[in-house]
Amino acid sequence: MAPLREIKRKIGAVKKTKQITKAMNMVASAKLRGAQQRIERFRPYAEKYSEILTDLSSRVDASIHPLLEKRAEIKTVGIILITSDKGLCGSFNVNLCNTALRLSNKKKEEGKEVKLFCVGKKGRNFFRVRKYDIEESYPDVMSNFDFQLASEIGSKMNDMYLKEELDEVHIVFAEFVSMVRQLPQTSQLLPVQQDEESVQEGPTSEYIFEPSMEGLLAEILPRFIKVQVYRGLLDTSASEHAARMTAMDNATKNCDEMVGQLTLVYNKARQAAITSELMDIVGGAEALKQG
Amino acid sequence: MANLIKLEIVTPDRNLLSEEVEYVGAPGVSGEFGVLPSHIPFLSALSIGSLLYKQNGKRYYIFVAGGFAEVTPSKVTVLAEVAEKAEEISVERARKAREKAEQRINQQKEEIDYVRAKAAMARAMHRLKCRESGVSAGTCSL
Repeated sequence: MAPLREIKRKIGAVKKTKQITKAMNMVASAKLRGAQQRIERFRPYAEKYSEILTDLSSRVDASIHPLLEKRAEIKTVGIILITSDKGLCGSFNVNLCNTALRLSNKKKEEGKEVKLFCVGKKGRNFFRVRKYDIEESYPDVMSNFDFQLASEIGSKMNDMYLKEELDEVHIVFAEFVSMVRQLPQTSQLLPVQQDEESVQEGPTSEYIFEPSMEGLLAEILPRFIKVQVYRGLLDTSASEHAARMTAMDNATKNCDEMVGQLTLVYNKARQAAITSELMDIVGGAEALKQG
Repeated sequence: MANLIKLEIVTPDRNLLSEEVEYVGAPGVSGEFGVLPSHIPFLSALSIGSLLYKQNGKRYYIFVAGGFAEVTPSKVTVLAEVAEKAEEISVERARKAREKAEQRINQQKEEIDYVRAKAAMARAMHRLKCRESGVSAGTCSL
């Protein structure tokens, strides 16, 4: 049995760890609140955007704009992977990375070239260790990003797509479903998918368009990409904090459990020490009596 | 009650404004347009500039950049990437941005920088102009 002092030191260490995990839990919950508010504020904007875009794109033929048109032959696929910069959030990043990895392997099996764009450190490191080529990475952005970042990534995608360096773009992010559920999601960014069901006949809309419907689409489509990237960023950021909260909550619970177990061991060891000391004294006294 | 139309301005980061107003003037890509209540449904992309609205006879100015406006007979929705009320605009920052852009344009190093500098310049100029209009209309305290 370990010496008493060592066990005591261990209990102290675990208690300190518990304080840290508890603090991290609280920090994460505060950040989560902020992230959720940002999503709430962004939602009306995003909804209006997709509403208008669906309305517009369902009225036109896909060949009207290159961002809508499906290419006959797809040679290069771009994957945007959004992960966090920091760890300590359970299986959050691994789940995201694996989703991206599966997608990338699937595309490679189909004989397509894959270009990776990693937002956040964790995704970049994951693919770097596996010796994948990373086209571009954006580390250390998740703690403090704004629409500018989404704008930058979005324009890059548009440019590369129009130059035919990419024929298809997917985005992998963590959808924030609830506090305890964050789902890795994959959605197609480019070409922009048209809602097949609600295709309406001809440009008989009640709206007047300025400039023309085509001109308007050319304005809205690239922005829509940015909106979607921004949504991915916001969702992933909220999910990250939620995942960290859960992980830290578990860690705190484990600490409590460990302290309990160690205290039990400590008490037993103390008992044993006292008993053996008593035995020594009694034994010594007996020996003296006889002598 | 006078005839009113609802104006809503939304950016990715916030709901900037939601008010009942008398008139909206917005900088469309093919020229400015004005909207009164019961306007015909209309959808337009916006350029950089000042959006104007009238409420209780007063004129209010808002700087907008990039986005579009959806007009229905009872409502105007503006989706802009950037939107700032006149009183929120920092004159000093805009001036500095303008100076920086001017320098860049004079240097004319690379084409891409030139385009960017031009855009930055336009934003700064319109910010200042928007602020001035707000001040002269008396709806923006210095």
